[in-house]
Amino acid sequence: MMDLIVKNGRVVDPARNLDRVADVMIRDGKIREIGSADGADLPVFDANGLIVAPGFFDIHVHLREPGTEEAETIATGGAAAVAGGFTAVAAMPNTKPPNDNPSITHYIVSEAKRSSPAHVFPIGAVTKEQKGEMLAEIGEMFEAGIVGISDDGKPVMDGQLFRRALEYAQMFDMPVIQHCEDLNLSKDGVMHEGVYSTRLGLKGIPSAAEETIVSRDLILAKMTGGKYHVAHLSTRGAVQMVREAKRQGLRISAEVTPHHFTLTDAAVAEYDTNAKMNPPLRSQDDIDAIVEGIQDGTIDAIASDHAPHHINLKMLEFDRAPFGITGLETAVGLALTQLRLEPRRLVELFSINPQRIMKVKPWGLFEGSDADLTLIDVNRTWRFDVTQTRSRSRNSPFNGREMTGKAVATIVGGKVVYQDRG
Amino acid sequence: MLNRKHLLGIQDLSRQEILEILDVAESLQEVSTRPIKKVPTLRGKSVINLFFEASTRTRTSFEIAGKRLSADVVNISLSTSSVSKGETLIDTAKTLDAMVADSVVIRHSASGAPHTLAKMTKASIINAGDGAHEHPTQALLDAFTIRHKKGRLEGLKVAIIGDIAHSRVARSNLYLLTKFGSHVWLCSAPTLMPPGADKMVCENGELVHVTHSIEEAIDGADVIMMLRVQFERMNESFFPSVREYFRYWGLNRERVKRAKSDVIIMHPGPMNRGVEIATDVADGPYSVILDQVASGVAVRMAVLYLLLGG
Repeated sequence: MMDLIVKNGRVVDPARNLDRVADVMIRDGKIREIGSADGADLPVFDANGLIVAPGFFDIHVHLREPGTEEAETIATGGAAAVAGGFTAVAAMPNTKPPNDNPSITHYIVSEAKRSSPAHVFPIGAVTKEQKGEMLAEIGEMFEAGIVGISDDGKPVMDGQLFRRALEYAQMFDMPVIQHCEDLNLSKDGVMHEGVYSTRLGLKGIPSAAEETIVSRDLILAKMTGGKYHVAHLSTRGAVQMVREAKRQGLRISAEVTPHHFTLTDAAVAEYDTNAKMNPPLRSQDDIDAIVEGIQDGTIDAIASDHAPHHINLKMLEFDRAPFGITGLETAVGLALTQLRLEPRRLVELFSINPQRIMKVKPWGLFEGSDADLTLIDVNRTWRFDVTQTRSRSRNSPFNGREMTGKAVATIVGGKVVYQDRG
Repeated sequence: MLNRKHLLGIQDLSRQEILEILDVAESLQEVSTRPIKKVPTLRGKSVINLFFEASTRTRTSFEIAGKRLSADVVNISLSTSSVSKGETLIDTAKTLDAMVADSVVIRHSASGAPHTLAKMTKASIINAGDGAHEHPTQALLDAFTIRHKKGRLEGLKVAIIGDIAHSRVARSNLYLLTKFGSHVWLCSAPTLMPPGADKMVCENGELVHVTHSIEEAIDGADVIMMLRVQFERMNESFFPSVREYFRYWGLNRERVKRAKSDVIIMHPGPMNRGVEIATDVADGPYSVILDQVASGVAVRMAVLYLLLGG
């Protein structure tokens, strides 16, 4: 079904300054017209009462393929993405082997075409094998389809190498995405450093581990003029530095995850390994700063950092369990519930800005665009049930959580790939 | 009987429960003075000592405690480094369940390991020390010793000196003593003081004092608890040398003079003579280090009895 009329929804696309009730006519997977489709003889999707937005784009996910298919595959991760309202995801390169060369990139692109209902844009490694020693084949990977580079999971600790990456990536106008963590300051840490880590007897990761790298990188971004993106920003200090750097007009952007504005380090209390992620859950003060940063535009995007892990690994002692939680299916609900966003801002955070940050061909509510749409019911109250997840893993701290606001339909290339009419 | 299945930490114990354990320990102490040091209280119950970390005194203490109560005690020592990570804990838990153990006494280098185990087994879990989190029976035997020597747990000044950051003994003692309204002075090198140490206690927070000065900690103290210094901390640059450590945080005779004249000096052992404590102090008149060891058996008998008895 590549022809469709999405009828009577509130069409919101801030990039085209659009916010009105209209019909969206789709022909051959492309948007043909936005207006009134009365009289057209096409299948109709009733969007009355829903927001019709340009397809949401989660720019930070781990699909685990190739290498760790017991936790997730491109197919299952793609299914979880559309169930969460995302028509596209950007896949981090820390697979096994990592996406540090064009043949891995080709594999991800072709496997996604074959099996994923959502578009998958690969992110390439900054360095070979993500070892932080030599630049990976950034240009070759760009030709094969990457939209940015990152050693995510790890930072690029070497300042000289990171400078080179910022310089080199400019040739392709791609962002360099940094997982900001000084590995010496965070050594052996498993949760936020503070009174909770002290009570629990767990080694802490201080906010300074993130902030020292953000600070260094912003200086390098200024020096090189490179396009720099802060992944999963989590501390007040990092928000402040990004705000200040934007004031200076640097080409930088930042994302936050829903868990970093929803939960604090208190969630670790019972040694719940589903509250273990990197960067760790921080304090209420950090949450307050992140919310301010989202409101004033310091933070550009919300991304899930979807990090599936097999249950066998999350059953370990807290110290030994891997970092990360799933997030594709809860991101939009948590954002709407915790932040009470205006539709316009919601669409900026989940679609317009993510498209601007990554090197992708834009889509949206305009004639000729790919018909990738996310339909939101801001009033729907629902509970996340992890047993119903499309992901292959269940490591979520949000099981059973009530949320208000949900992506109720996802359309990719004019095809309804997910719907939940309640 | 305690109205709980597990003993995971001091933090969630009430004063009432602590006093009950100490009172029962008091009455069970007599057993160890009999010619035949055994009562049939826990006959037919099985206690498994599951030690993932090397320990002589705690393991032996639990073993003797169990045997004096006629429980069947089995010791399992596993090295966490030699087995693939974590699988052991889960699989061992399930294995022990299959063998219907009544109680598992666990020591583990990972904080929270007893909690993980408690979620997965039917047995009563007793925490014998988990990472840098808690060591509840040590705090209970320390309290037993203090009460015996001082006649009370209330209104004392207790100095805990040493590697606070990595010490489960410090945490459990801090929780216990502040529950009874004693002032606790935590003293260590700034590098070995955990962040938020002064906010660790939720109630009676005003009883917690943090200092880097051993003199300030000891001034007028009723009780001095020294903690073991782990030499590997030196390699991680928590302090520059043993010599410098002893200079600033070692307990010597001169410093003891600042305390009350009836001060007692404690150490959970094993000690490093000449590092955190001078030999003449460790063996001197104020030292109650061996009383602590003796109290350990009685307190652990009480814990086993109150969790498994009846």
